[in-house]
Amino acid sequence: MSRTRPVVALPAIGLSAGFFSALFGVGGGVIVVPLLVLLLGYSTRWATGTSLAAIGLTSLFGMAAYGALGEVSWPDAALVGFPAMFGTFFGTWAQQKVPTRVLTILFSILLAAVAVRLFIG
Amino acid sequence: MTVVYAVILGLTAGILSGMFGVGGGILFVPTLSLVVGLSHLSAEATSLAAIIPVVAVGAWQQDRYGNVRWRPALVIGVSSAGGVAGGVALATWLSEGVLERLFACLLLVVAARLAWSARR
Repeated sequence: MSRTRPVVALPAIGLSAGFFSALFGVGGGVIVVPLLVLLLGYSTRWATGTSLAAIGLTSLFGMAAYGALGEVSWPDAALVGFPAMFGTFFGTWAQQKVPTRVLTILFSILLAAVAVRLFIG
Repeated sequence: MTVVYAVILGLTAGILSGMFGVGGGILFVPTLSLVVGLSHLSAEATSLAAIIPVVAVGAWQQDRYGNVRWRPALVIGVSSAGGVAGGVALATWLSEGVLERLFACLLLVVAARLAWSARR
């Protein structure tokens, strides 16, 4: 399988991830993880870890830009972000303990329901 | 009361994102717009700020397992600044309704991917 050279692939991944992240208010892992696997042949573990580190910077840039525009509600960011930080520990632990197949299907239905709610919005 | 909801939903979003490997943002944005009542654009902006502590802990944990390749991560992160500028410009230019529907499409894609990953 032919691989793209990192010197081309990494900035390209960064640019597209940044665009996606700022447009949707998400980290951009949805984009970065598959691209690292497809373009550079990373294992899923490496791609996930590297993506998380990169997303830290991407979100920081996004936060700074939106912050300058006065769109960030700082108290709400703290109210949601810090509890989520602790939740992640538990979630990662629970992932190893419980069978997630049925939960995953239920969760995807929940996401679809939120999407429908936004469409009706 | 909104404070209590925000804390509970933040905690839940963290648990779900840890369990299913989806990013926090996909859950933060609807939480902030539908429950806390921010405009969709402010919800996206605030989500990015809320992601930072979550991602910092995530990256730290992954680094302990030796899964982070720091130089590539740095190149991706730094070059993302250009994309971020474009994304912010487009998001602020689009109307709330269009932005909301685009986000709903993203949710459907993530939902489909999750469902696909759970198939036998």
